[in-house]
Amino acid sequence: MDVDNSMNDVPVIDMRHITKRFGTFEANSDISLDVYCGEIHALLGENGAGKSTLMNVLYGLYKPDEGEIYLHGNKISFSSPADAINNRIGMIHQHFMLIPTLTVVENIILMSKTTSKFHLNLKTECDRLTEIIQKYGFKIDLMATVSDLSVGEQQKVEILKMLYRDAEVLIMDEPTAVLSPNEVEELFIILREIVDDGCAVIFISHKLWEVMRISDRATILRDGKKVTTVNTADCSKEDLANMMVGREITLHYEKPEIEIGEPMLQLENVCLNSDDGISVLKNINLTVRQGEILGVAGVDGNGQQELADVIHGMRKVSSGTVKVAGSDTTNCSPQTAIDCGLAHIPEDRHKRGSILEFTVAENIAMINVDKAPFTHKGIYYPQNAQKVAHRLKEEFNIRCNSVNAEMNTLSGGNQQKVILAREIYRNPKLLIAAQPSRGLDIGATESIQQLLIDKRTEGMAILLISSDLDEVLAISDRVIVLYEGEIQGEFIPGEKTFTEIGLMMTGSSSEERNSTRHGVH
Amino acid sequence: MVSTNLRKGIFARIKGSNTRSYTRLIGTLIAVLLALLLGGIVISIAGANPIEAYGVLLRGAFGSTYALSETLLRATPVLLAAIGLSISFRSNLTSIGAEGQIIIGGITSCLAGLLLPTFIPAIVRIVLIMFFGFLGGALYGIIPGFLKAKWNISETIVTIMSNYVAINVLSYLLNGPMKEVDSFYPQSAQLDDALWLPVFIKNTRLHIGLFIALAFVVIYYFFMFRLPIGFKIRAVGYNASAAEYAGVKVSASIVLAMALSGGMAGLAGTMEVFGVHHRLYNDFAAGFGFDAIAVALLGRLHPVGIVVASIFFAALQVGSGAMQRAVQVPTTIVYIIQGLLIMFVCMDKLLSNTIQQLSLKYREKKRGA
Ligand SMILES: Nc1ncnc2c1ncn2[C@@H]1O[C@H](COP(=O)(O)OP(=O)(O)OP(=O)(O)O)[C@@H](O)[C@H]1O
Ligand SMILES: [Mg+2]
Repeated sequence: MDVDNSMNDVPVIDMRHITKRFGTFEANSDISLDVYCGEIHALLGENGAGKSTLMNVLYGLYKPDEGEIYLHGNKISFSSPADAINNRIGMIHQHFMLIPTLTVVENIILMSKTTSKFHLNLKTECDRLTEIIQKYGFKIDLMATVSDLSVGEQQKVEILKMLYRDAEVLIMDEPTAVLSPNEVEELFIILREIVDDGCAVIFISHKLWEVMRISDRATILRDGKKVTTVNTADCSKEDLANMMVGREITLHYEKPEIEIGEPMLQLENVCLNSDDGISVLKNINLTVRQGEILGVAGVDGNGQQELADVIHGMRKVSSGTVKVAGSDTTNCSPQTAIDCGLAHIPEDRHKRGSILEFTVAENIAMINVDKAPFTHKGIYYPQNAQKVAHRLKEEFNIRCNSVNAEMNTLSGGNQQKVILAREIYRNPKLLIAAQPSRGLDIGATESIQQLLIDKRTEGMAILLISSDLDEVLAISDRVIVLYEGEIQGEFIPGEKTFTEIGLMMTGSSSEERNSTRHGVH
Repeated sequence: MVSTNLRKGIFARIKGSNTRSYTRLIGTLIAVLLALLLGGIVISIAGANPIEAYGVLLRGAFGSTYALSETLLRATPVLLAAIGLSISFRSNLTSIGAEGQIIIGGITSCLAGLLLPTFIPAIVRIVLIMFFGFLGGALYGIIPGFLKAKWNISETIVTIMSNYVAINVLSYLLNGPMKEVDSFYPQSAQLDDALWLPVFIKNTRLHIGLFIALAFVVIYYFFMFRLPIGFKIRAVGYNASAAEYAGVKVSASIVLAMALSGGMAGLAGTMEVFGVHHRLYNDFAAGFGFDAIAVALLGRLHPVGIVVASIFFAALQVGSGAMQRAVQVPTTIVYIIQGLLIMFVCMDKLLSNTIQQLSLKYREKKRGA
């Protein structure tokens, strides 16, 4: 491994004049990118700018239509990711590529070179892995099944996989989108260690402060073209934002005072046990009224998803009652909850939120497909779905070739916009928005957050679940903190300092604990 | 996305999709060509001229009104069963049970044919018979569907085993309760000829079941793409968890898909009994249920594709007799071709990718020159 930390003369990766077309659409046009060992190189751009496509080209998933790639000055041409892996290039995709039913160690050795070609000894592989784990200070159980891991842990498995394969270039497509602030810090420490060992990291993120914090240089893309490459130290966040979207982003919201109305969501003493008897929601009491946004803060995996599932009718409560818009929907079917006026932006856009093989229009029609405007007198009209989809595409600035494009072909952020559009346009009485801006660029984040506030002002009741504390504090009227399935307390944004909230999120503020005994209303 | 693909069975992955149907068609055509090519090699090893052999085969399948009618006759039950299977496959249910469902449908309809009192007008009886055939197959499909929906028991294994049950039930009935009195053979009594499905081309055996099957092709398309319930079944097939989130009752949708699938197979059995044999006997299903799996696969679960594939399969089988007579190649060669075909169809993505890359290289070379 190259221990020289200064930038060598020859870049480890040199992509020259890359063009990639899908049909007639140019996702990348004439993009050049060079990356040196020892640097963290950020790749920035709006949703659909072509970041993932460019990285997939580098990783051998797509063949460029034009242009060349040089590795240490030698021209290369990968025909599959296996070639890339053999040349010590690793990629962690925007949407993880782990096999949920296998264990951590099985996932890692899959497609990697094992110690012996003919005989698989999990124990020797585990030993090799433990070495890496200790070196970088990971906390992970190698024998755990991947489906049982939180997203943060899955991320670590992906990184571990790359390190195990001895990758020299690490491509990370929005690695922090799903991480809590603490996990982001941990990730940054690991990344620094990796580049100090002489590797290179290409890092995609929509969060500019992260880019400022971690990257040495940044390349900015817009509409499939390269804008420029800059030294991060010479720029401000505002400069970067300007180059990306060509306008100023304020992230400051108009939030008129209004009267709050009827309760649209009421949970009373809701408890939920997992299949193996562990209590995942403990005595939850909360109310969301018309015209207010209740923020749920907390580290991912502390019962947020279960909370949303219980309200949506996808999981049966162990005890307690759930009321949506005044009607008792405890343990009702998802359709009943939807009929009562619930909309839900789920946290996992691939597993729940959308059907990747369906078209954009079909994804829009997916909920209430048997009602108007999609169905008339029992017959489904695809053209009506297309019409609605077309309107939403304009309204929400969804970038896709057509509303009949498969969801698969949209960029991550644009998939998210399809789901947002579908759930918000129905004008539900109650909206559960879980990680609504996950994967969105700053422009889109700004407009979606403003839209949520506008809807609340019009009288919608919104339950905002987000692990992004900034987001929760920026738009909520009230905030509760969830830790290990328990409400740790309630406050109004501005009332508490970051440190206090941080303590609540880790369950270490005993004083708050007492107040939750009486419930939150 | 790798993981979701792995979770899905081969049938779910092979579904025709809107945007890439063109490359998929090319992949399928290449698969057919390769199978015929390799089949040709096998034929020449067997000592005949492959071009001549294929020529004879083609003539044997389409060369005369009678040949054509035999091909269509053979295609009819397979077409119907394949259309039914496509509903399961689109719902990500890997059902292998059409053979058993054909048999059960044949039994229930035959029983209805024998037992329905004769004072009921024939036309009414025919409708009732069809209904009972459909019902028999549907109920037999509901069993694995229910086990899947309720306890997540593999529908593949249950359907495979239920085929054997059906075969043995049939054999028992024909050797016992349903056996024709005084007959030497294990077969049922002949059905009232007023109930036979009418033949519509003179001097052939081609009966109106063909039109019923074609009607179901249209119904299938309409059901899958223009009814909300079809939309939901497709949604469950692609992503059950997302479908549940969208309010679809996943269990009910699974049971329904298996019921419809079984019902159509049952109807296929009815048509064999009332259109061709006019009685029940041991081998009346003749592997149609297994052919249907291949046909659904080859036709990419697309209505038009399935029609073409069923005729192609039938032509191979009908034409092979003529081939054997004319150039002394054993008929079993066509089974080799069918096997190769399935293998290549499953590789279609690889094939179309290879072709694309080859053409890319070719273009590059031309530009370089
Ligand atoms: N397989 C495909 N077929 C057709 N179009 C595609 C395909 N993959 C990507 N695209 C299009 O290429 C454009 C760039 O997509 P890409 O995924 O690279 O965006 P991105 O910069 O990663 O965006 P995001 O921040 O939302 O993840 C998008 O407009 C997308 O619709
Ligand atoms: Mg992307």
